[in-house]
Amino acid sequence: MPAVSMTVNGKAVTGDVEARTLLVQFLRENLRLTGTHVGCDTSQCGACVVHIDGIAAKSCTTLALQCEGAKITTIEGLAEPNGPLHPMQEAFRENHGLQCGFCTPGMIMAALDIVRRRGHDLDEHTIREQLDGNICRCTGYHNIVKAIAAGAKAMAKDGSRQAAE
Amino acid sequence: MYNFTFHRPTTVRQAAGLLARNPEAKLLAGGHSLLPVMKQRLASPSALIDLSLVEGLSGVEQKGRSIVIGAMTRHADAANSSVLQQALPGLAMVPASIGDPQVRNRGTIGGSIANNDPNADYPAACLGLGATIITNKRRIAADDFFTGMFSTALEDGEIVTKVSFPIAKKAAYEKFKHPASGFALVGVFVSKRGSDIRVAVTGAGANGVFRVKSFEEALKKRFAAKSLEGMTIPATGMNSDIHASPEYRAHLVGVLARRALAKAA
Amino acid sequence: MSATGIGAAVRRKEDLRFVTGKGQYTDDVIRPGETRAVFVRSPHAHAKIKSIDISAAKTMPGVIAVLTGKELAGDKIGNLICGWMIHSKDGTPMKMAPHPALAAETVCHVGDPVVVVIAETQAQGRDAAEKVKIDYQVLPAIVDPAKAKSGPQIHDVAPKNTIYEWSLGDAKAVDAAFATAKHVTQLDIVNNRLVPNAIEPRVALAEYDAGTDQLTLWNTTQNPHVSRLVIAAFVGMAPEHKLRVIAPDVGGGFGSKIFIYPEEVVCLWAARKVGRPVKWTADRSESFVTDAHGRDHVTHAELALDVNGKMLAMRVRTIANLGAYMSTFSSSVPTYLYATLLSGQYDIPHIYCEVDAVYTNTVPVDAYRGAGRPEATFVVERLVEVAARQMGIDPADLRKRNFIKSFPHQTPVIMAYDAGDYNASLKKALDLADVKGFNKRKRESTRNGKLRGIGYSTYIEACGIAPSQAVGSLGCGVGLWESAEVRVNPTGSVEVLTGTHAHGQGHETTFAQLVSERLGIPFENVSIVHGDTDKVQFGMGTYGSRSGAVGMSAIVKALDKIEAKAKKVAAHMLEAAEGDIVFKDGKFTVAGTDKSAAWGDVSLNAYIAHKFAGQELEPGLKETSFYDPTNFTFPAGCHICEVEVDRDTGKAEIVNWTAVDDFGTVINPMIVEGQVHGGIAQGIGQALLENVVYDKDGQLVSGSLMDYSMPHAHDLPSFQVGLTETKSPSNPLGIKGCGEAGAIAAPAAVINAITDAIGTEELTMPATAQAVWTALKVAQPRQAA
Repeated sequence: MPAVSMTVNGKAVTGDVEARTLLVQFLRENLRLTGTHVGCDTSQCGACVVHIDGIAAKSCTTLALQCEGAKITTIEGLAEPNGPLHPMQEAFRENHGLQCGFCTPGMIMAALDIVRRRGHDLDEHTIREQLDGNICRCTGYHNIVKAIAAGAKAMAKDGSRQAAE
Repeated sequence: MYNFTFHRPTTVRQAAGLLARNPEAKLLAGGHSLLPVMKQRLASPSALIDLSLVEGLSGVEQKGRSIVIGAMTRHADAANSSVLQQALPGLAMVPASIGDPQVRNRGTIGGSIANNDPNADYPAACLGLGATIITNKRRIAADDFFTGMFSTALEDGEIVTKVSFPIAKKAAYEKFKHPASGFALVGVFVSKRGSDIRVAVTGAGANGVFRVKSFEEALKKRFAAKSLEGMTIPATGMNSDIHASPEYRAHLVGVLARRALAKAA
Repeated sequence: MSATGIGAAVRRKEDLRFVTGKGQYTDDVIRPGETRAVFVRSPHAHAKIKSIDISAAKTMPGVIAVLTGKELAGDKIGNLICGWMIHSKDGTPMKMAPHPALAAETVCHVGDPVVVVIAETQAQGRDAAEKVKIDYQVLPAIVDPAKAKSGPQIHDVAPKNTIYEWSLGDAKAVDAAFATAKHVTQLDIVNNRLVPNAIEPRVALAEYDAGTDQLTLWNTTQNPHVSRLVIAAFVGMAPEHKLRVIAPDVGGGFGSKIFIYPEEVVCLWAARKVGRPVKWTADRSESFVTDAHGRDHVTHAELALDVNGKMLAMRVRTIANLGAYMSTFSSSVPTYLYATLLSGQYDIPHIYCEVDAVYTNTVPVDAYRGAGRPEATFVVERLVEVAARQMGIDPADLRKRNFIKSFPHQTPVIMAYDAGDYNASLKKALDLADVKGFNKRKRESTRNGKLRGIGYSTYIEACGIAPSQAVGSLGCGVGLWESAEVRVNPTGSVEVLTGTHAHGQGHETTFAQLVSERLGIPFENVSIVHGDTDKVQFGMGTYGSRSGAVGMSAIVKALDKIEAKAKKVAAHMLEAAEGDIVFKDGKFTVAGTDKSAAWGDVSLNAYIAHKFAGQELEPGLKETSFYDPTNFTFPAGCHICEVEVDRDTGKAEIVNWTAVDDFGTVINPMIVEGQVHGGIAQGIGQALLENVVYDKDGQLVSGSLMDYSMPHAHDLPSFQVGLTETKSPSNPLGIKGCGEAGAIAAPAAVINAITDAIGTEELTMPATAQAVWTALKVAQPRQAA
């Protein structure tokens, strides 16, 4: 089995994987980082979104081997354990932007990428368009949109904690 | 998926060599067409040749009166390219409309056109601008490149390295999204470069992307929506599925062509 | 109202783990030695199984076992059941066909499980599953419920594929009323079949401990105790006390995770056979052919009115497609959860409803958010809106003329509405939606080349499911009470063990708000425990918008007992008579004095027991209540939808949504609004986007998210949500419940709005762009471009 090495949430990791092992499987099964979820099999639901070298991508549509040497950030990497939450995480809690929580990690990682690409002053229309790759069945998106707008603004204030690296 | 061997060449020549030695191998670009199909176990390549480390395949440049886009240029980068937005904004509309933001972060123009999904967007742009597809072996005109649903003129072992688009003064893309998949239920690309007028349609045709000669004729007098008023194309040869009948697709071709023309002005 | 008490928009306790990726969903549970189960499913809608050859599969790498239905039956594992008996009009019981967890002789729908492969990894399991050779004799399939009675018979027990022919109401009185009617509105309605598609797919993880002969099942279930009871007592897997069911964090249910499915049964059986834990995780496309679908009614409905638009009678005939097998609660959805709501908010003297339930070669159908009430509301609210248009009466006005105004109100269809004010929600909705300004907005839309329409849905539903004797008399096999145990710790913190379960509803927060306010203790000091049959006493689970109305009521009753006992302890501590103890804001005081004891001191004393004799007062402070509600609850309200239609493409965009709902007492308005948003989104999904499509051979054409249109953020508007309040008289808190209302109200509002915009009623649901364009073309050839 080929070996793969990458950095995940700032930590260097290695593992032996089959070539067909998806990044999401590597994260969940090899590294036991189960915050990244699998919700579909057609690359549409967004529950698996992580950052690869600072850019949001579907970890279910990426091979672990494609990430050799890459820097991966998952939902677990946004805040120190027992440390303060990332402003976007805080915004989701403050605005009731989640119910069952299953789509939430992918939603938050996608939200950070919206900020990276579109800045901190996000209007409703933009957010709704940019959430095309994330499906939520619980919230009807109303509070997710509010959370992302608020989180984006809070990130501007909290200048030292820009979109996750 | 089925298992396979994984290769990461750093040059086009290495990639071509790997393809030659592994007849059942496939090239891996952004992976957002190929990997989903492999996950469904509908494709089982013996090897994947990842192009992401190959130098010189990405970027958007203006070369004379053409825009040249490297085959591995991600949709997001093409859509946001200031070069493209300045010189040929109608073309930028196409990668901006593909999939969703995460797909756009990874998907590539080379992957899209080599796959030639009948519902993909880039083939309409290539045909709609009269692009030239440049491979490691030759240059192929768009009119000759797209040969049918999921089929192209590419030969075994041939690798798309860049796509060259002539700069048209007027160009635009209008897409009606498939309500489930986000692909083009119907997408129409229109362009005018001097006397060269093109109207290319994706999503609608049972045989993949095609040009609408009747529209191109009507637009010769004046390149505006009014020239196509009341015009439609026949429903025969249009795709039929649970989301859209041939009649509805044919109807949308006319509607979207007119809207694209309004945008192209 | 305190910052964390009843009525406060307290931020949720559960969010910390969910936003940091530390939730524990069933697939996140990893047991030592875990194996993976991969099912081999029927590719045919209807076929005899002639032979199964597992020899090649067994030798594949990583394979531990390959098991069939014959072995399952041989091990005396029983069939799955439907737990609600419905009788036909002629008194005969419903025709429940055998439903083995693995098909051994016949497969009845695409996706029917036949063989299970147990392997070291998922990929190895799939590789081996492909090597299983099953020889099928394909049989003709019947897919269309409207034609099921004349189609090929699927089950021996059900001639004409008829499960039951049921009715409710007085047919003669209805016929007589129709004879006197000035106006009759008729509609033919298809309530489209849906896939629930909670974002977390179903998972079953089973483990057997041979040393203790104990089975454990981790499962994405909304009701762990019910699953345990059914799997133990009816399927015969193990004695009930030898089976533990754990529902950890569950990622959405919407009803689809209520039912007991083949997969958990097979995993339990396989785990015992192979001696290692067995985990099955559904792929999304697998969910499409295994999770119970929702809706799928074909209805002909008629409303009779007098010259003033007063409703005289309603007559409804429905064919309900229950799919290939009767799922756990399937029989109740198109009967007692449907026909009993046909009165809507209106005073209709006579109603008669006939429902024929049929088998078809499709995935089983059962409750899905709203379960019967969205179907009823759609029938009623479409009839009312169309009647208004036909009679030239303003649709809000026609409703007002017919609203029930005095309570309690006995409808002709069993339900007795206890409290409500339908005028209040309608009025508030009309204001919030600025209906007065609609015509101006319509002119603006016309100038922009668009068609604008407005549609109403004044819904009522019955939830807070349910009084046990009532549902028992209607055929339900279980009672629908709820349980709560309140455990006060010596240090004064509290755990509440609730028989409900949350899969997004925020019970850890709302239940804690209730307890915190009642006992006067900090919100942080209250923990809610649910989802484990080893920890929590028997409970009926969460569905039917019952956790507030029934679950919280059980907590209230237990808190009553806690308060009574704590007062006894305090009396001993304060050397006063029990009757003189007052409990307020977390403090026990002797009335008329300044002698007091704090909550924490009383709780400690209860356990140290130095101040009283065990013979007169037992130590400890822990009380249980099993609460049986006295009635359903009846949330009601008014939703108003405004749409703009692009007539060139037929695409409808919702430009305004106003919802005014009466949920009685609201514990946490932020969470209630969230429930309304989510319900509306699913209702809009049904109305505009979602549809299960089978071809005539029973192949599921809409078999993945590539062909089944789920609502995305850009498909939906923001929602304007308001509340009115008439408390429910049938539970101590006055809660009506809010979880399903949005899904119940929304589809009618959308279709009413679009038909208003395009000027024709001939519109199918979902009203996709093509459907609307087609309707326009047929009705107004000039309008369509």
